[in-house]
This record gives sequence, C-alpha cells and structure tokens, in this order.
Amino acid sequence: MTNQTPDLQSLAFLLMRAQADYARCLDDDRLEEWPDFFVEDCLYKVTSAENLRDGLEAGMVFANTRAMLKDRISALREANIYERQSYRHVLGAPSILEAGPQGVRSETSFLVARIMRDGRTDVFATGRYLDVYRIVNGAPLLAQRIVACDSSRIDTLLAIPL
Amino acid sequence: MTEVTTHAGAASIPHDWPKSLSRVPYWAFQREDVYAAEQERIFRGPAWHFLCLEGDVAQPGDYRATFVGDAPVVVTRDAEGAIHAFENRCAHRGALICLDEKGKGKKDFACVYHAWTYNLKGDLTGVAFQKGVKGKGGMPPDFKLSDHGPRKLRVARLHGLVFGSFSQEAPELSAYLGAEIESRIARVLKGRKPVVIGRYTQALPNNWKLYVENVKDSYHASILHLFFTTFEINRLSQKGAIIVDESGGHHVSYSAIERKATGDADYSEQKLRSDSQYKLADPTMLQGFREFDDDVTLQILTVFPTFVLQQIQNAIAIRQVVPRGPQAADLNWILLGFESDGPEERLVRLKQANLVGPAGFISMEDGCVGGFVQRGVAGAPDKRAVLEMGGHDAQSSESRVTEASIRGFWKKYRALMGIGTTP
Repeated sequence: MTNQTPDLQSLAFLLMRAQADYARCLDDDRLEEWPDFFVEDCLYKVTSAENLRDGLEAGMVFANTRAMLKDRISALREANIYERQSYRHVLGAPSILEAGPQGVRSETSFLVARIMRDGRTDVFATGRYLDVYRIVNGAPLLAQRIVACDSSRIDTLLAIPL
Repeated sequence: MTEVTTHAGAASIPHDWPKSLSRVPYWAFQREDVYAAEQERIFRGPAWHFLCLEGDVAQPGDYRATFVGDAPVVVTRDAEGAIHAFENRCAHRGALICLDEKGKGKKDFACVYHAWTYNLKGDLTGVAFQKGVKGKGGMPPDFKLSDHGPRKLRVARLHGLVFGSFSQEAPELSAYLGAEIESRIARVLKGRKPVVIGRYTQALPNNWKLYVENVKDSYHASILHLFFTTFEINRLSQKGAIIVDESGGHHVSYSAIERKATGDADYSEQKLRSDSQYKLADPTMLQGFREFDDDVTLQILTVFPTFVLQQIQNAIAIRQVVPRGPQAADLNWILLGFESDGPEERLVRLKQANLVGPAGFISMEDGCVGGFVQRGVAGAPDKRAVLEMGGHDAQSSESRVTEASIRGFWKKYRALMGIGTTP
C-alpha cells in the first residue's frame, strides 16, 4: 500500500532515519538534495519559540513551496556572499505526537554547532523541529517543518538551512 | 546635597580627525573611550531614539523593555493613556526594575532587590521599611521619595512609533527630523495601524556605526547584493535618489520602477558580479501588491543615530541598532504588517520577509560585511576610510552612486561628539 501509516515502531524508525539523513545532507554540504526531504506543497519556517508563543507568523525563513527551498539553495550557491562555514547537527529522538491519515506529527530537539573557516566552533542554534511528515510510497516526507529556535538571537547570519 | 559633575573619558578622545567629511579614522570603531563618549553625547545626548511601537504599549498597564544605547529603558502606558519611558534602573542601588521584556496589566514596578516601588510614570512611590521596624532603623526623616527616581525620557509619538530622548536639549522630534524625513516616514506608516508579524535579533560582530554606514550606503547595494540587482528590485540605473537632511544625520534612499526598463550597458561594462543570469524557481516571492500611490519599490530611511525604517517592496520593517561595546551590536528587527492587511497581503509579507534579516536574500551580506571591516582595520587605528564617491559634501543627490548620506552621518556625529578637526 502506498500511503498507509505504518505501525508506531516502524514509524519511529522511519522518522529517525529520515532525520538522520536530513542532518547528514546539510552537514555534508549536499544542499541541492535538501529540498527532496519535503513534499511539493510543504511549509518550512525558521522562527523563534518567542514568535510562536506570541502568535507571530513571520520569522527568519519562510517557504510554502519546495521551489522556494530550491531558490534558497541556488541563492546560497549563486548569489549570496558569506564566509565558508559548516554545521554539525545533533538531533534528539523524535517524539511522535500524533499519527493519522493526515500525517505524522512529531517534535525533535536539535543542537547545531557552526564551524567557521578559521576553525571557530560555536553553538549556533538549539531548538525543536515541529514536523508533520507525510508517508509517500512508504517514505516519510516533510509536509511541514517549523524550526523553532530557543533563542531569538542569531549570530551574524543564517545562511545554511537548519 | 552637592554633586560633582565630571565628564569621564571625554578629554582623552583623539582629535586627529581630518577636516573633510570624506575621511573617517578607524579608531572611531575601536576605542573604549570613544564608545563611552558616544553613550554620553549621542545616546544620552540631544538625539531621539526609537523605543517601541505604540501598539507595544496599547493598553494602560502595558509595558515594554528596550535600550537607548547601553541604557536599559522601560516604556509604559499609564491609566490615563499617556506613554512614559524611564531608565530601567532602581534609584536605590541600581538594579533593573523590570526583568521582563514585556507585559500587561502592570500597576507598579517593584525592584526585586529591596522592593523600592515605582508607578507607571517611573516615580518612586514606596521604599520597603522606610519607617524602620518597631521604631528602629529606616530612612532618615529628611528622606523624600520625590528626590529619587530613575531618569525619565522625553517621549514623542509619530505615526505609531514611540521615540525617546534623555536630553532636554534635543529639539522637538518633528524639528529634529525635518519635514522631508517626516513625510517619508508618513508615506509608509501614516493613517494605518502597524501590526508586528515577527521579531528577531541579529548579533553583529562590529561597531554599531559600521552597520549604520552600511544602511546609508547606496553605493554597495547593487554590487554586494546580487539578489537585489538581478531581479531589478534595485539597480543604480533605476530612477531614484538620496535625501540627506540638513543636519546630515537622517537619510532616505529610494528607487522606483522604471516603466520601460532597458538593458544596462553600464553594468555589463563594469563586469560586476551583479550581472549573472539567476532565475527563481518560485517567483511568487517577488510578486507583491500595490501598497503605495507611487512606483517606489524601495525606501530605506534612517533617523540618527540608530533607527531604520525599511520598505522593500511589501516587506516593511523597523531595525533598531543597539550598541554592545566597541566591537559588537545587536540589530533588533521588527517585521510589520498592517491591521488592514487581508490574508493575501499578509502572505506576501511573509514571503518577502525572506529578503531581510540574518537569512535574508538581500540582508545576509550586511550582517557580515561590518565584521569584515572590523577585522580588516584591527591593526590600522590611525588609517582612514575613504568616502569620496559623489564628492565631499553631504547633500541630497539624484544619483545613488554616492556616499553622501554616510558623510552626512559623520557630519552629525562629529557635531554631537564635539570632535575637533585637523586639516
């Protein structure tokens, strides 16, 4: 069956695998593959816990199509100027909050270190992924990822996606 | 009680500043004593500073914490509906009076240290154990509450914005801004109610003035920011202009759609990186709606020293620069919509918010470039920046290939700092 929700245990495994692949994709600088983790009509936002608490919709990044995610990457590659840097994502285990025909709602904590070209390494961001996965042909794709940063402060720039 | 007035640090500021506005010594971005003098002469001096939106303190009892330079400030609305601002510093031993960023339904503020209490106007209304306990201890009989209190700021409102000044010498806000700058603020905000749609802070690795210079720098926009140029949101060959007010300190840079735009030989000839063939997969981000009665798609406005009002298409934002020592600054972004927005307009604003901020297609570089300068000049305090594009003066200009508004900033800066000049 194509879009049937698997049992909870296999679901947890599927999500963990998808999240690990997602983090590895970004950290390995395979940014062109990053939009493939999302469905076409996805919602991807980077914002702060405070904005979410206050009901403020806008954040640092907003995309409501996969094409907008592609544009982010081509802008990073072609247009934007920034010093060479990379991330190291460390993810918690996904907490599965709801699994139904509409998708799987989960929450996962993250910690991202940023490594600058001179070797300086800082904790760049911590927070939660507030996700809705859609299982398409047995594979979980992100229908929604709200990156809720614990802090509203971003150091200098947020170039590579979280 | 006699008080001794001193001007610590004031005497030690170097005076080797060239007479011309087109040179800026790099020590101005590095020295602790210069920073301390700025706090005194600019941030606590005769200038106006953005505090918050009127909507941040919409109801009696609402309050919001902010900064004027280093000084923490609380803005409140009292029971009569008046807006007040006072230093967030207890008159007793100097602790913060208000520990929250914002809140509602406040009647008074009590310092957590010794419960000295202030009303919404910032008046000291109570001192714990003022009369002592069981007739012992307490304040001396001549202690008067009204002799003590945090410094209060003058408050002025303009089109939903709240400004404050520590100084009695600052002219009224409208005179400080001048008619032309005020009309350009009105163009964006007048007659509508701004609604905050998002906030964040961008920590900048550089002196606050390097960011302000960057905002005023219309010369760099189409060179550093490829995104801007390629999609013709801004090309220097578009029609537009720079307005510099008489004091030099405030500016507006704007550009408008040229209805019959043609290919640009000037850009190709310069072989600027700006001329690549980059296309969006989802161009809806740049499909805005007509919000103003003119063709102006970009208006960047600054009020000296640290207020920015931005219109980039339908992305409207306020940026407040808060200095954090000689080599760091916070940039507080307040993204705005308006009460009159329908869902479609709001969605456009959400999409176009991608243009700005630390992840902004346009603004990303601006967060870094100040740091590049700060690091670049580390060993060159006695060397000077060259600001000669467009000449040596600080006048309005029909060309945006100019650094006139940056020179204007330094004109006002030098006036307030009382910095002497050498040829």
